Amino acid sequence: MWNRAKRIAAVALAAGWVGGCLAAAGDDPLQSPQWTELRRTYLGASPVVFDPRVKVSGPQVAEDSMNVPVGVRIDGLEGVSRVIVIADLNPIVKVLEFQPRGALPALHFRMKLQQGSPIRAMAQTADGTWHVGGIWIDAAGGGCTAPSVGRSAANWTETLGQVQARIWQGEQQSRIKLNIMHPMDTGLAPGIPAFYIERLSLRDGADREWMALDTFEPVSENPVFSFDFPGVPPAGLTLVGRDNNGNRINAKVAR
Amino acid sequence: MSSAAWRALFTLICAVALAPTLVPAQEPDYGLAPQRIADDVYVLVGRTEDFSRGNGGNIVNTAFVVAPEGVVVIDSGPSRLYGEQLRRAIARVTPKPLLKVFNTHHHPDHYLGNQAFADKPTAALPTTISGQRSEGGAFTENLYRMAGDWMKGTESVPAREPVSPGLVTIGGRPFELLLFAGHTQGDLAILDRQSGVLFSGDLVFWNRAPTTPHADVATWLATLDRLEALPFRLMVPGHGEPVPDARGIAQTRAYLRWLEGALRSAAERGDEMTELLARPLPPELATIPLSRLEFARSVAHLYRRYEAPTLKQAR
Repeated sequence: MWNRAKRIAAVALAAGWVGGCLAAAGDDPLQSPQWTELRRTYLGASPVVFDPRVKVSGPQVAEDSMNVPVGVRIDGLEGVSRVIVIADLNPIVKVLEFQPRGALPALHFRMKLQQGSPIRAMAQTADGTWHVGGIWIDAAGGGCTAPSVGRSAANWTETLGQVQARIWQGEQQSRIKLNIMHPMDTGLAPGIPAFYIERLSLRDGADREWMALDTFEPVSENPVFSFDFPGVPPAGLTLVGRDNNGNRINAKVAR
Repeated sequence: MSSAAWRALFTLICAVALAPTLVPAQEPDYGLAPQRIADDVYVLVGRTEDFSRGNGGNIVNTAFVVAPEGVVVIDSGPSRLYGEQLRRAIARVTPKPLLKVFNTHHHPDHYLGNQAFADKPTAALPTTISGQRSEGGAFTENLYRMAGDWMKGTESVPAREPVSPGLVTIGGRPFELLLFAGHTQGDLAILDRQSGVLFSGDLVFWNRAPTTPHADVATWLATLDRLEALPFRLMVPGHGEPVPDARGIAQTRAYLRWLEGALRSAAERGDEMTELLARPLPPELATIPLSRLEFARSVAHLYRRYEAPTLKQAR
């Protein structure tokens, strides 16, 4: 109820209370007060449709607001070139931007949630249209403004940028799961500047990019990502990346 | 108008405006009714629900034993108010003095009533006391959020006396204090020798799904075997009705075994947490109240521990 009250308060504030609550949300199925503005910011003037083929999964309530699991799956939509994930009511809205390239337009990750919020995946197809799906995840709060847990361990600098990985190979589909050691500081915890991974990509031996991911502050500390590939992924993939302080990530993902 | 008159008028306006708030608000009532389960042994059975503004956090079992020279209390409930009402409920049963309050572990529903027993000896395992000290603030804040007004004035008051396991006589009655772990890092079970009642704390849940925020499932399962070997005639679980046999242990074990298997096999398959959340529970566990909710919470608490070993260092 507390969250609901807060949500109603947020809607009321954003819409100036008088009228327009629904108009502000437009045709947004999640009825978010921010949607009109966020759409302009992230999608510009491109056409937008709410599309049930863009599926976001997650818990109804975030038990651990520092590590809220979120999945995105897009089935039956051809030519997805980009997927942007946002959390409307987070203090930092943009979570990640994914270019599937050789991967399926599907990914899993964990994120920080400061309060209950819509979590949306917005997928752009070749014709420029954005297909939007999402869910509401409730949260007690505090996910973005708390310091990362690893900061209290003395040796986090020693493991910075280390990668643990595994490939699960299937006939139809394979999965690559990656865990990268990084504090992913949001810059919102007092006295700790923003320090986060900005870019990750999977490349083969010929330096061809098989997926590219721009990540932002709301991605969880020591992030875990899963990417799915049709059939068997290419041999000799390397995870290449960097953070906003110029530290490099480079690790071979063994099959 | 003179300034005195203005002041009088102002006072009058304020009095009228504030009048409704001056009527003392009625204290919410947990309706605590001690249930006699053996000679001189009483239980206050909480609802098998999650914390809410409806139940005020009364989702937990508390108990007391009337020894020849006084009363031993086992767990003090989720709030100051609960603790006060528990104390009054005890006084309605016996005029004997309160000798000791035990907290079985550091979860808030089992000890936030300690405030009402501040003038009495409160005791818990050392790990419980340190957990109450380090996490009490966050627990209390969370319960204010979930239970609302019932929590008014509640503060975390950690137990003061560390308990060491063994046989003790309190007020002329022997109790066996048993040190276990699994639900948390330190779980106290108390066997009342005379009645054969075993107070298991949250090591056993009966017809209410187990919670796992501080659990180590393998340790917990081993503890259940040891509990089952104890010579008890009646068990008071941490949550759910008293049960005269090992059914509570069996149900808790079945749930935890399934949970551990589900977490492990999902991790080995490379599943993600959201995929595991979508998994159906087996029918015999799905009917346990709150199993779906607690399963989702358990995935958040525990999955990482099962997932991490499936990944290999990449260089």
